[in-house]
Amino acid sequence: MSDFEAVIGLEVHAQLATRTKLFCGCSTAYGAAPNTQVCAVCLGLPGALPVVNARALELAATAGFSLGCDVRPRSVFARKNYFYPDLAKGYQISQLDEPLCLGGRVRYVLDGEERSARLTRIHVEEDAAKNLHLGGRTVVDFNRAGTPLIEIVSEPELRSGAEAEAYLRVLREVLMFVGVNDGNLEEGSFRCDANVSIRPRGSTTLGTRVELKNINSFRFVRLAIESEIRRQEALVLDGGRVTQETRGYDDAKDATFAMRSKEEAHDYRYFPDPDLPPITIAPERLDALRTSRPELAEDVRARWTKELGLTPYDAGVLTAHPELARYVDDAARGLAAKVSLPANVAGKKVANFVMAEVLRDVTTDGLGAGFPISADALVDLLALVEAGTINGKIAKDVLVRMRESGDAAATIVERDGLAQVTDVGALEAAVDAVIAASPNQLAQYRAGKTALVGYFVGQVMKATKGQANPAQVQAILKAKLDD
Amino acid sequence: MTSAFELARGVGGDAVATSIGRARADAHRALLHVDESAKATEARGLLAGVPVVVKDTLCVTGTPTTCASRVLEGWIAPYDAHVVERLRAEGAVIVGKANLDEFAMGSTGETSAFGATTNPLDPSRVPGGSSSGSAAAVAAGIVPLALGSDTGGSVRQPAAFCGLVGLKPTYGRVSRFGLVAYASSLDQVGPIARDVRDCALALSVIAGHDPRDATSVDAPSDDWVAAVSRGVRGLRIGVPRSFLEGAEPDVRATFDDGLRALVDAGATLVDVELPHAKLGVSVYYLVATAEASSNLARFDGVRFGARVSGKDLVETYERTRALFGAEVKRRILLGTYALSAGYYDAYYVRAQMVRTRIREDFARAFERCDVIATPTAPSVAWKLGETPTDPVALWLQDLYTLPASLAGLPALSAPCGLGAHAMPVGFHVTGRAFDEATILAVAGALETGLGGSSSDGPAFAGGSASGSGR
Repeated sequence: MSDFEAVIGLEVHAQLATRTKLFCGCSTAYGAAPNTQVCAVCLGLPGALPVVNARALELAATAGFSLGCDVRPRSVFARKNYFYPDLAKGYQISQLDEPLCLGGRVRYVLDGEERSARLTRIHVEEDAAKNLHLGGRTVVDFNRAGTPLIEIVSEPELRSGAEAEAYLRVLREVLMFVGVNDGNLEEGSFRCDANVSIRPRGSTTLGTRVELKNINSFRFVRLAIESEIRRQEALVLDGGRVTQETRGYDDAKDATFAMRSKEEAHDYRYFPDPDLPPITIAPERLDALRTSRPELAEDVRARWTKELGLTPYDAGVLTAHPELARYVDDAARGLAAKVSLPANVAGKKVANFVMAEVLRDVTTDGLGAGFPISADALVDLLALVEAGTINGKIAKDVLVRMRESGDAAATIVERDGLAQVTDVGALEAAVDAVIAASPNQLAQYRAGKTALVGYFVGQVMKATKGQANPAQVQAILKAKLDD
Repeated sequence: MTSAFELARGVGGDAVATSIGRARADAHRALLHVDESAKATEARGLLAGVPVVVKDTLCVTGTPTTCASRVLEGWIAPYDAHVVERLRAEGAVIVGKANLDEFAMGSTGETSAFGATTNPLDPSRVPGGSSSGSAAAVAAGIVPLALGSDTGGSVRQPAAFCGLVGLKPTYGRVSRFGLVAYASSLDQVGPIARDVRDCALALSVIAGHDPRDATSVDAPSDDWVAAVSRGVRGLRIGVPRSFLEGAEPDVRATFDDGLRALVDAGATLVDVELPHAKLGVSVYYLVATAEASSNLARFDGVRFGARVSGKDLVETYERTRALFGAEVKRRILLGTYALSAGYYDAYYVRAQMVRTRIREDFARAFERCDVIATPTAPSVAWKLGETPTDPVALWLQDLYTLPASLAGLPALSAPCGLGAHAMPVGFHVTGRAFDEATILAVAGALETGLGGSSSDGPAFAGGSASGSGR
């Protein structure tokens, strides 16, 4: 065990899921051609003034309630002044002395143990534009300028890269499930900076901290923090001192590198933005936001393990994204209603089918592309299985055809002749043919190798192109083999 | 007394042509830009066919907006300020952009990067500022109405120096959308006109809620034109006697004439104290400059206006921002200092605390009176070149207009006679928040009591094309 203890605080910038920017009506959609989602306000033209997007504040308040914060009825926007080409006005509108949310907590599991870290605050601010370096030139795309963000600041209570990763995964999940953030790391909707310092174990004072910036995956956050802790320990053991600076992470070398030092740090000259009167949210509105939050992922998982009998692992897989969880719940409800199954039975059937068949497409296509078939279409498909019209194996085939053609399950079954063969005469003929063609296996079976029944079932299913009713086949085979 | 507007309306579309003709011969450098193609199109509206100039801090679509600064040279505004939209909606015709002190920082017109405006009443003298060109354009008879912007007195003081009526509405009464910001918590757009009634009419056009300005207030309008002739009988006029000591004797004497006229009209005088008002200059030059240091950061050569390229980004910033004039640089530096780590509490925060005291002074005074009267400026317009070289000595000249700005209250300046060198003296009236009606009533009574506007420049529809005044 090292003689040092690491002290880590995280600052997460999460984009609020609004249609329009924080202080103007421009779209926040990702990926548009450069400078096509801009106006006088987000370009900082002379005479333009900011007007607060009320929806952004509500989403930020929802985030606060979901994380147990004290959501303030009054907050104040302040200007953070510095010069940079990606900052249209020469200042960023943020919050300093009176943020929207104070306190709060993120609860996560680390090495099987439940833990939590306190939050200092959550404040609302606008994003900067994006500098693009083209050859020797730098140009600026202002589409992102003015996008609403919340900055979630933790207390320096995390102790390892793994703990930071656990914290971030839960935080992202909470924000996604309450509809505040889309959780898209690639598009920069959820970004993390980490403040890392070390101190002798047992010490209560804080060491000089290094800020790790621009790390774009949870795994890299963990690796960067671990690497930075090792660097600081080696430095101190070598008689050196940690200097306050901003560092980046080179994943190829698994090492952090200096970006800029304290000497270049800005004096941001914060002051309350005179263009924006203090923000007030009526107590009734705050109450409504507090009580109308969507279900959190952990609540969904608890409900599913209890009511549907899903394993914690399966429940975890199916709550990887709020839309997936909603999809499962919608389909489970739909199936229970359609074929009069108890909710837990229908839920379990849907969960199993989604895990085995639907998720394959979801993970490859990504949730951005949506689900291969709608929850309603999935209900129709599974209802055919329940009714005995098709068997489970054919259902997989029908799913593929549904995705390709967009047609309804019943249409495909009808058109492609995939209905289950339940005619006893036809099944008996098929069984007889298989038994006649497998004299060796029959002899072994009758000699006591009864596990070979599986072989016979397989042959019959193959002969019927999978359309035989497996239960019926089993029964007929049993009777004939044991005859 | 005849309203200049009535004259303007009387000559129909010719009023605009007359304006443009006079603007072409602009002898006082009142205008920075003239729209030669301007024509009256709206036959209806409160200002149908009235030619107007607006201070070059206000955006007019397709027109250069420079704030009289090299930094903004070449920038064409892509939209109309809210007040410009309102003017157009009531049939007014924007014929040009008025000169000003650079970025509205100054009180003489001399900090304009494009040359100082002269006073049409005496071209050897300053017209006041920062709405120097707006006042001069009206005084010279180029237009009957101009809009200025007032942060610490920039509408009222030039109106006083040019013998006109200038009104700063309550903060929030008029939208700041499209007004290039100097100090956002203080800036208000206001009219300058020859008489009180025209000012009231202009206010009724530009006032009103605008969702594009978060500080715009949805307050009910009054019939301000009617208020002008409502009289002052029974009105209590507060006079902060100890505060008047800063004024020159000629200004004091003329101001007292104004007070007498109001007493003759039925008002009573009440002694009031504004103990913190004398700190207004210190507070203003911290708060306004702090906000300005941030507001003017966007003039960095990256997206619009002038750019002077250097070898790298920092040098480009430095060279571009070197285009600011000396007074603008001084205020940016002062404001940057006031907001800096280690000084913020001592300067900016303390200034805001005193600002609150000043507001409280007014609230207490308004328990005993309905309006507060002082001179607009401690002296009449001085000669060009005689402006104090010590900036603080010049800033101290703003002492009477700053308190109302800091408290966000409506205030106006109306002529009350001539002081030294036969130059006009302004009578400054401050009212309760959103009570423009009462200060207009006081100004109306003053105008009537003193026998009409003291300005006798060329009548709008007639007069010489030179518009050079007396």
